[in-house]
Amino acid sequence: MSQIPLSHILVVSTALFFIGMYGLFTRRNMITMLMSVELILNSVNINFVAFNKYLYPDKLEGVFFTLFIIAIAAAEAAVAIAIIINLYRNFHSIDVEDAGEMKF
Amino acid sequence: MPNYAYIALIPLLPLAAFVVLGLFGRKYFRGWSGVIGTLAVLISTGLSLWAAYRYFFVDGIVGEGHRQIVALKYVWLSFSPGLSIDMSIILDPISVMMIVVVSFVSLMVHIFSLGYMKGEVRFGTYYAFLGLFTFSMLGLVLSGNIFEIYIFWELVGCSSFLLIGYYFDRPTAVAAAKKAFIVTRFADLGFLIGILILSFHAESLDFRTLIQRLNAPSSQLAGITTASFMGISLLSWGLVLVFIGGAGKSALFPLHIWLPDAMEGPTPVSALIHAATMVVAGVYLVARLYPVYMFSGGTVLQVVLYVGAFSALLAAIIACTQTDIKRVLAYSTMSQIGYMMLALGTFHPAGEAATMGYTASLFHLFTHAFFKALLFLCAGVVIHKVHSNEMRDMGGLRKLLPLTHGCFLIACLAIAGIPPFSGFFSKEDILLSAWHANKFVYGVGLFTSGLTAFYMFRLYFSVFWRRPVRGAGDGHDGPGHHHGEAPFTMKLPLVILALGALLAGFVPFSRLVTYDGLPQETHGIGVFAIAPVALALIGIFIARYLYFKESDRPDRVAAAWGGLYKWAYHKFYIDEVYTFITKKIIFNLIGRPAAWIDRNIVDGLMNFLATVTAGISGAIKGLQSGKVQDYALYFFAGIAGLTVLFIYLYT
Repeated sequence: MSQIPLSHILVVSTALFFIGMYGLFTRRNMITMLMSVELILNSVNINFVAFNKYLYPDKLEGVFFTLFIIAIAAAEAAVAIAIIINLYRNFHSIDVEDAGEMKF
Repeated sequence: MPNYAYIALIPLLPLAAFVVLGLFGRKYFRGWSGVIGTLAVLISTGLSLWAAYRYFFVDGIVGEGHRQIVALKYVWLSFSPGLSIDMSIILDPISVMMIVVVSFVSLMVHIFSLGYMKGEVRFGTYYAFLGLFTFSMLGLVLSGNIFEIYIFWELVGCSSFLLIGYYFDRPTAVAAAKKAFIVTRFADLGFLIGILILSFHAESLDFRTLIQRLNAPSSQLAGITTASFMGISLLSWGLVLVFIGGAGKSALFPLHIWLPDAMEGPTPVSALIHAATMVVAGVYLVARLYPVYMFSGGTVLQVVLYVGAFSALLAAIIACTQTDIKRVLAYSTMSQIGYMMLALGTFHPAGEAATMGYTASLFHLFTHAFFKALLFLCAGVVIHKVHSNEMRDMGGLRKLLPLTHGCFLIACLAIAGIPPFSGFFSKEDILLSAWHANKFVYGVGLFTSGLTAFYMFRLYFSVFWRRPVRGAGDGHDGPGHHHGEAPFTMKLPLVILALGALLAGFVPFSRLVTYDGLPQETHGIGVFAIAPVALALIGIFIARYLYFKESDRPDRVAAAWGGLYKWAYHKFYIDEVYTFITKKIIFNLIGRPAAWIDRNIVDGLMNFLATVTAGISGAIKGLQSGKVQDYALYFFAGIAGLTVLFIYLYT
């Protein structure tokens, strides 16, 4: 099995990061924005795993970090969805532009 | 030593009435508040009469004369072991005499007001204020500490302010109250500085210690007489400043302008505060510090003498031309107080009658309280009946108000100095002491006493004669509206005060109230009395000639006097001079620049800071758009910026 070079995996994760970033800034629907955030987190996860595998194969810190991030992402999703539900109750919409009251 | 604690009750009872009526009067007592206030003052009066009896005839006598008794002493505020503000009560001839006068006149006014103020909405408040005034005035005369007297001095001014402005829905009353307050405050500034000078050098605030130290060779005295300011010793400065305070309260020229305006208050208040008691506080103050005044070599007393004489003459001339019944009485008050001050000033170091003026002045204060309060209360009855202050609305009232007519006549005879009414005796003493001291001032006093008789009888004839007798039916209110002359509560004080005005002259005053406490030998009334009485009679006859019947004689006389009449009618334009000085000079030269600096520089600095802050925040507030994605963008931009920074910084 020929080795896939590290740079290929980094390209994937970078692409994933910027797709997530693009989604975060362009989507107005909060669920979609949450999904974009998950993409960003996953790109980081890929980086962790890849660096761990390629640079320090005999260590496991990167993998552990990934597991942590997955757990935290799950918790964050729960919190985010709770916020979204409350937002929906108040504005009858989950469009972020409708919730623009916290300003000057 | 007998127990004197009950003396404290004399001022404290009216205070209690003030507190109770002030807090609960409007809600719970209503019509009863007058009775409560009157009862409190009645007990006070009883106590002060008892105290006077005990003091003058039983306890106070030491050998020949009367001593000073410290009845109560409570160290209230102690600055250092030798210097403290005490709340103390002293009894000496003048304070005992004053508590009798104050509580008695106050009682009369309380009773009179039961009828006069009946039906007022703020009846309870009125009695509360009267109680406050009575408390402060009694406290003032009993004070044994110069700072204590200052505290009560201000309290008296405050209650006077409240009572002048009692009809606060009338703009003139509000303006008069303000004027009285500001003018007397101006004078009180002098008083305060005087207190500070005297007590600083005497190192004591206690009257007795202060007088002792400034009256005998001592280091304190040496300090105050050698130190000088503008060529005049500090002792004289201090005494003159204290006198200015007294002149403000006592409405002496040139600080008299508030007194005529103060007549906007209810008439019984004028009788109590602006005729009988508060306005003589200045006389009392000078009398209290008389030993120091005497010791200062008599120069300050010369000031007192001339200011008093000038005020007496000026006010008497103005009083001849005024047409408002209360204003005539106000100027007459001012004139009589000038008389008292004149008497205080007639000190001459050598001679056996050196301190005769002191006794004469306080004697006049005593008799004046009776007849002037009586005059004001009579004026109150007349105003109550006619519903006007103007003399031209009156006339021919003698049948309608027979009792008032009689009382008014007695008071007029008393103030004119016709024997055997009380004013005769006191005025005689004053003129006699003036004769010994200064012939010129004696002439002024004599002339003023003739004028006094003239303007008082001008008032008397204009109000009660002049026109045909008014019957019971053709009064101001129309037929069927009259229910007698006045209620009993208004008649009783008139009768009592008329008796006082009639008999007060027979009090052996020179045996009781003297400078050194020793009785003076009485001067027989002899040839000396002829001149003033003759002048008074001439004044009365001129007044009768001019005002007995309605005619054009007064107008012709006024026209003959021309300019002088006009000047006097406009009160010598003193009010206008004050207005000119304050409005044109002080406001323009000091007030306006100060206001400009305040408005433009002080305020401007603050406004500039505020404007800058507001501008900056207005410029950058758009950043906080309320859109979550904008914030995320700033966040990422910040991170990107930091990243770039770190990359360049670490390479």
